[in-house]
Amino acid sequence: MVIIQNLHKKFGKNKVLKGVDLSIKGGGIFAILGPNGSGKTTLIKSVLGMVIPNKGDISVLGENINKNSDYRHKIDYLPQIANFPSNLKVKELIRMIKDLRKNTNEDERLIELFKIQPFLDKKLGTLSGGTKQKVNILLTFMFDSPLIILDEPTTGLDPISLIRLKELIQEEKAKGKTILITSHIMSFVEEVSDEIVFILEGKIYFRGSISELKTKTSQPDFEHAIASILTENHA
Amino acid sequence: MKNLIIFLSAILMANTTVSQTIEVCNSCPISTIKKAIIQAKDFDTIVIKKGTYKEHNILIDKPLVLIGDSYPVIDGELKGEVITITSDNVTVDGLFVINVGTSYTEDYAAIRVRKSKNFVIQNVVLEKLFFGIYIEKSSYGKVYHNKIIGDAVEEYNSGNGIQLWYSNHIEIEHNYVEHVRDGIYLEFSDDCIIKNNVSAENLRYGLHFMFSNNDLYQDNIFENNGAGVAVMFSKKIKMLNNTFRENWGTASYGMLLKEINDAEIIGNTFEENTIGINIEGSNRITYKHNNFKNNGWAIKVRGACYTNHFLENNFLYNSFDIAYNSKVNDNVFDRNYWSNYTGYDLDKNGIGDVPYRPVKLFSYIVNRTPETIILLRSMFIDIIDFSEKISPVFTPDNLLDNNPLIKKISW
Amino acid sequence: MLKILKYSFFDLMRSRWSYVYFAFYLLLGIILLFLNNDLSKAVITLMNVIIVLVPLIGTIFGVMYYYNSKEFTELLLAQPLKRSSIFLGQYLGVALSLSMSLILGLGIPFVLYGLFKSDAIWDFSLLLITGTFLTLIFTALAFNIALSNENKIKGFGYAILLWLFLAIIYDGIFLMTLIMFDDYPLDKLSLVGTMLNPIDLSRTLILLKLDISALLGYTGAVFKQFFGTSFGLIVSFIMLTVWVILPVLRIVFKSKKKDF
Repeated sequence: MVIIQNLHKKFGKNKVLKGVDLSIKGGGIFAILGPNGSGKTTLIKSVLGMVIPNKGDISVLGENINKNSDYRHKIDYLPQIANFPSNLKVKELIRMIKDLRKNTNEDERLIELFKIQPFLDKKLGTLSGGTKQKVNILLTFMFDSPLIILDEPTTGLDPISLIRLKELIQEEKAKGKTILITSHIMSFVEEVSDEIVFILEGKIYFRGSISELKTKTSQPDFEHAIASILTENHA
Repeated sequence: MKNLIIFLSAILMANTTVSQTIEVCNSCPISTIKKAIIQAKDFDTIVIKKGTYKEHNILIDKPLVLIGDSYPVIDGELKGEVITITSDNVTVDGLFVINVGTSYTEDYAAIRVRKSKNFVIQNVVLEKLFFGIYIEKSSYGKVYHNKIIGDAVEEYNSGNGIQLWYSNHIEIEHNYVEHVRDGIYLEFSDDCIIKNNVSAENLRYGLHFMFSNNDLYQDNIFENNGAGVAVMFSKKIKMLNNTFRENWGTASYGMLLKEINDAEIIGNTFEENTIGINIEGSNRITYKHNNFKNNGWAIKVRGACYTNHFLENNFLYNSFDIAYNSKVNDNVFDRNYWSNYTGYDLDKNGIGDVPYRPVKLFSYIVNRTPETIILLRSMFIDIIDFSEKISPVFTPDNLLDNNPLIKKISW
Repeated sequence: MLKILKYSFFDLMRSRWSYVYFAFYLLLGIILLFLNNDLSKAVITLMNVIIVLVPLIGTIFGVMYYYNSKEFTELLLAQPLKRSSIFLGQYLGVALSLSMSLILGLGIPFVLYGLFKSDAIWDFSLLLITGTFLTLIFTALAFNIALSNENKIKGFGYAILLWLFLAIIYDGIFLMTLIMFDDYPLDKLSLVGTMLNPIDLSRTLILLKLDISALLGYTGAVFKQFFGTSFGLIVSFIMLTVWVILPVLRIVFKSKKKDF
């Protein structure tokens, strides 16, 4: 589904990705983890074509993404920080995104699911962070694409919405989709992901299931396993 | 009583002989104009019927009236002068003269008046000419309602439309002159009146004055001439209500004044000329109630001009209002309207509270380096003009209109 | 791209700045026409104002819009859209809304005044065409500056500097050069110098209309050909178009290379 070969990226003098090789076959939920500044978001943005790599190849669904933007129609992306034009109403934003991508009726179900109706006529600037994130999720899941990329999807969500989100992710997985997630909430990652990819200093440090990670680090639980990787490498 | 009857009948008979009319036509007993003139007695009228008469060197040496019936054509066949008048009291009316000969040694004219008085030349149409109407050493004549259409291409081998040389008290009215060298040319001719003429598209000047004094020209239109109108070395000329338009080019102006003293320039309109009036060595001239509109330079003062008065003129949308090439100013600018004026009138008396300074630094720069004209209306130029306005360094600092008007003047 | 243009345009139509800009021109037009009562003078004053002010507003507004619409841009970047269409759409949205404010703001008072019956209509049309060109050029330049500078303050600084340079400093240097080399034939140099600055170029178009009498007083043959025939008008318009195309191409190029 996604094949990354020898990916390098630097911002100025700062080398963020130093030769990432990653191949993700279709179906399942993959968590991309790593400490702050390890290059998670850069990696995701490279896949989305928002960051232009210095070196390396990326192909999505068999297409090389270089100089080609059609593949983006097969990806639903949830950006990390939901920045919306503040003088637009929620309703208008949904209509606009539908206009820009394609028409769908899925939004009505999602509005129902996340209880967004009361906010439809409000301007985005007046919404709370959590509500913005709900709108953000709605915009992402509205379209039925085979690849879904979620950058910190849990930010600001209340417990009920979090449960809804998890359900939603599982539903999408059941449809056979591939879902990439980054998150700092380890319990969330542990709960939803089938496989994790751990990035450290611009390289893939570990890839496998959570149980494999636990065995490798000989730690009893997931959170400690991650912590031990970090302490080991910083020591 | 008897004597009286005889006397009266004698007068009557004399009258009939005086007003005798001779007809000329191609099939008449008298078929040429020359023959008719020879046969005519003094004060006869010669009527020339419609037709073409191939004649040149027609000499009118006695007081006659030549009238064309439906514009007969007199074709000079390029052989020389066509009509020469040497007698007083001659009238030429309604002829169509073409093909005047060209020469580098002699100024052949369509109609020449030599040493004559009281002549009238009217309703004449001249085409394919060298000189048109040439009046020399004559006086008290009238040149009225003629049409002169030349085809001049080069200055050196073309002549003037109407030329006066040592001729006084001549009236030139309602003529139309185009495509000759100088439309109307006066040399050593005093007390003439030039009125209601149109002189356009001539190679050199629409009107040209040399050494002529006490003349009046009024209500004429000078348009699109090579260099405009030139008034040189003359005194006491009145120039009233004329229009000078679209004289464009490097050495072009609406009017050129050179060594002109004590003239009056009133009520004229200068529109879209490269230079409205170009003044050199001219003194004691009154400029009043003139409109200067859309000229490159409304007035260019080249130096040695003293005690001139510029009063109550309208300066409208000229690129430059006044250009001076020296720092000395002895001329008066007062109560003019300047469309470029940016001052205010707080006491509402119709006069701006801040004096207007019509000479800009930029006109000085353009004078020095002509290519800089391309920077006209640039903000940078506005800034340096502004600083010069505040403390003049390159332009005459006493050149001010202290009473700039707030509204355009009408009169 | 057209859809993005549409949304940018409507976004701007809601913003009060478009109205401020529109109101400014409306006021300027009304004051010049109805308090002055002299159409020719009003057109001349407007021309002077436009060649200085339109570039300033174009750059400031362009930079401001770019930085202020970062959220919108990010939202769009998250959608499967071409980079070039996102930025070109936004650029055209800004440029067109500014042009519209200009054309309507000045057009309404002039139409009310009875422009169609006047012979100043050609001068006025030229004025609006030049204003639109300047808006297109300077908004594009502003986008270039903003795309190359993440830092907002720096971006604004460069935008103001660019305007200052093209509107004033350039002409100062130009004038000095002409005066210093006035022993040489300068007409080609001066025309080339004009072509290299879009503000000067628009000024030339205006000179062709207002000051042709003065321009024809100059002897140079190249000058004469340029100003005396429609050659100058055609070349000026071609150059203005080039001045629009080049920065727009750079927007496309730069936006493709940029990381977000």
